[in-house]
Parts: sequence; structure tokens; C-alpha cells
Amino acid sequence: MRDHVHFVRNYLRTSFSANAKMLFYSFFKSLVGKDVVVELKNDLSVCGTLHSVDQFLNIKLTEISVTDPDKYPHMLSVKNCFIRGSVVRYVQLPADECDTQLLQDAARKEAVQNKKR
Amino acid sequence: MIVGTLKGFDQTINLILDESHERVYSSQQGVEQVVLGLYIIRGDNVAVVGEIDDEADKQVDYVNIRAEPLNPVQH
Repeated sequence: MRDHVHFVRNYLRTSFSANAKMLFYSFFKSLVGKDVVVELKNDLSVCGTLHSVDQFLNIKLTEISVTDPDKYPHMLSVKNCFIRGSVVRYVQLPADECDTQLLQDAARKEAVQNKKR
Repeated sequence: MIVGTLKGFDQTINLILDESHERVYSSQQGVEQVVLGLYIIRGDNVAVVGEIDDEADKQVDYVNIRAEPLNPVQH
């Protein structure tokens, strides 16, 4: 079973006791090791391998490369970096790394739970 | 962007940076380095903490780089 499918099923099973904000944290944990592009709120886009994520959705990337190095040479000497969760605009991943339907359903369920609390 | 030795941090990404200097990028002239010393940076203002690879840093010709400064973070 693909990693993220596994985590979502597990999440749904434990959903009654699970923390309301853990869905995307679990989702990103299942993507560790994959290559992603993180677009920041200052318009910088960084490509790299997802090394780790935490409860604030702070992201650690390894082997980074900037998507547009001529416009953004600022990161030329950086191989690994830590990105504060609050400055992330998008995390771009290939479509085959994400079961959109499953994620949508899980997010909907979480939204309902959050409303009920 | 500010370069220095990371001495400490906390949960909100407040940082303590020693021997720090700011690299000011400009589209008109080369990179300007402004010496700062010991800095405490509030986490709200931190976007990225990058580890500088010394080998790669030596390869970069800071005198001849022309680039716009990075945009501020807009929520």
C-alpha cells in the first residue's frame, strides 16, 4: 500500500482521539524522502528532498536547488535548509505521490470534527 | 539575508547568531556585506534557515552577482 494511503487509513481509524490539526502533518510525514518544490510567501521557490516535517509544518529540505537561480542566487551556497511553516505558500508534489480523493475525504472529515469541537 | 554562526534557537525559531553579517544583494552593484556581530532574531521574521556549505560558498563570486533583494513575506 502506498505510504500516504496507509497513513490516512490509520489516521481515520484513530480519528476520535487524534489531534484535530494532525492530518497534514501525517500527510507530509508520509512524503519524507520525496522530491518537492516549496514556494514561499516571498515568491522564492526551492526544490529539494523532504527530510522532515514537524507539528508546525516547518520543513527541512536536503540537496536543495532554487527553481530560478538567475533571479534568486541568494541560496547558491546552501545545500540543506529549514523552512518555517508560516512562510510556505505551496508545497508542490507530483500527482502520483498524492491520492487526491483520499486526502480530500480525510480533510473533509477533519473539518467536520473541528466544527463539532 | 544574514550569515552567522547559529548559537541557539527555540520553538518559535527565535535565533541567536554570532559573528553575523548581512549580505545585501543589489541589481546595480555587487553584494554588500554589513558586519553585525551578535544578533538575536525574532522568529516571526525568519523565513528560511539555510546551512552554508563552505566549499560551495567559496565558489560563489559575490563581487559580480547582480540580483534583486528578496521580497518581504506577505501573508
